[in-house]
Amino acid sequence: MASVLSERADDAAPRMKAFDPILVVEDIVKRFDTPDGALTAIDRLSFEVAPGEFLAVIGPSGCGKSTLFNVIGGLLGGYEGRVTVGGEIVRGPHAAIGMVFQEESTFPWRTVIENVAFPLEIAGVAKAERLERARHFVALVGLTGFERRYPAELSGGMRQRVSMARTLASEPKILLMDEPFAALDEQTRLLLGDKVLQIQQELKQTTLLITHNITEAVQLSDRILVMTYRPGRVKRVVSIDLPRPRTSQIVSSDAFGHYVAQIWSDLREEATRGMQDAEAQSLHPGAAR
Amino acid sequence: MNGARRWSAKLAPPALGLATFALAIVIIQVLIEAGRINRFIVPLPTQIAASFGRVIAEEHVLSRFLLTAGEALAAGVLLTVVGIGLGVLLYRFRLLRLACETWVAALASAPLVLMYPLFLVIFGRSAMTMVMIGFVAALPPVILKTVEGLAGTRRVLIDVGRSFKLTQAQQFWKILFPAALPSMFVGIRLGLIFALINIVGVEFLINFGGLGQLINELAERYDLPGTYAAICFVVLVSVCFFAITGWIERWLRPTD
Repeated sequence: MASVLSERADDAAPRMKAFDPILVVEDIVKRFDTPDGALTAIDRLSFEVAPGEFLAVIGPSGCGKSTLFNVIGGLLGGYEGRVTVGGEIVRGPHAAIGMVFQEESTFPWRTVIENVAFPLEIAGVAKAERLERARHFVALVGLTGFERRYPAELSGGMRQRVSMARTLASEPKILLMDEPFAALDEQTRLLLGDKVLQIQQELKQTTLLITHNITEAVQLSDRILVMTYRPGRVKRVVSIDLPRPRTSQIVSSDAFGHYVAQIWSDLREEATRGMQDAEAQSLHPGAAR
Repeated sequence: MNGARRWSAKLAPPALGLATFALAIVIIQVLIEAGRINRFIVPLPTQIAASFGRVIAEEHVLSRFLLTAGEALAAGVLLTVVGIGLGVLLYRFRLLRLACETWVAALASAPLVLMYPLFLVIFGRSAMTMVMIGFVAALPPVILKTVEGLAGTRRVLIDVGRSFKLTQAQQFWKILFPAALPSMFVGIRLGLIFALINIVGVEFLINFGGLGQLINELAERYDLPGTYAAICFVVLVSVCFFAITGWIERWLRPTD
């Protein structure tokens, strides 16, 4: 059985310095103005990601996961702290960061191949070359034969794979994914997890996955960063010492179960707080958070 | 087998439409013959059908049809370019939108056709008057549906564009415009209907031009079958525009 490694947030720093990080998130604080006053969504959040690493950020609903996704992706400004990619400060959308969104985000007016070739078209790559390169990424996500189909003709899981292929086609240094399989059923989610593992292993792609799904996080990640409920802080960083290459079959192993149980014990307290807060809000709208 | 099924699926809607139309004609015919509808107000559909040959041969329908269709087409081109342009402006500048949107919506319900004397003074008794009345009267739906389409673009598609660092022009042409196209085409189709109604209305009122003038003349002669036959040609103009806009929309956004 693999050993279960975990560390408190405070202990994580020395460990993380062992590698030369490609992504550094430093002391991020993000507040939103609400009718009830300022709401701190993220509070002094810091972590680093090594090249080729798969890091999952997990937390209950309302812990600021999507805010973090938008901050790292450069879609959201007005925060304290800084995000750097390869030493360069992120001040907006960055070519080194490729984003895969939670919502279905394919362009319905473009075929699969045209969707995947989109970033290459924007980059000014000649048509023949971009279609050739796009075909490679279509094959990588297992959609060969569907190149001429429109998104409306595909299942939800296939559409998310198109979105992923489109992002990969831009050849980002970091793949940033916000609950990309949230809308899918559990079996499809596990199978797509296999596909993500295969892609990550093939491309050695540095990946940051935002999720609330413990199984998905343990199945895919090298490390899992557990966030507290509002305001979002690092509660614990758990190293997943499961052998690679992995497949979805790993979910039936004892070690997998231990990791899931350990992360759930951390998350349970935060999820309970979130639920109580939501209930209090529905009973007393406008109560201070 | 699959091919046959595809063809039947393709032909079924127009076949059903034609059958419904034929049924409505038969019902009207029966009601008139049974005396439930006054035949001095609504002629028998068979009489209308019989009058087509006479109207086509004696009333120069083709040239009138082309004149009205040409005026409507010119108004349509103008309102597409100007209407979509104004819609984009209203979308782009929030203050402008908040200031003008209600006025544009109010303009849609204004009976602009009654302002034809003003247009006559400005543009003279010419086809330009018809085109301009059609254009002005049809502008509001194009503007409003353009704004609606652009504003209704899913946030995530805009974020995808931002994540790929699209310029503002790329964001518009690659994402906003194609996303808003279905709504824009609804506006253009509505606009063409408004334009055609107003053009035929003014042709009728000032007894000048194409099919509207023909309807006026036939009505003055109390040639009711001929009048209804001429109205059918106005409907034909509308059908042609629907077919053309549908074809252009499918060309621009093949998936819809």
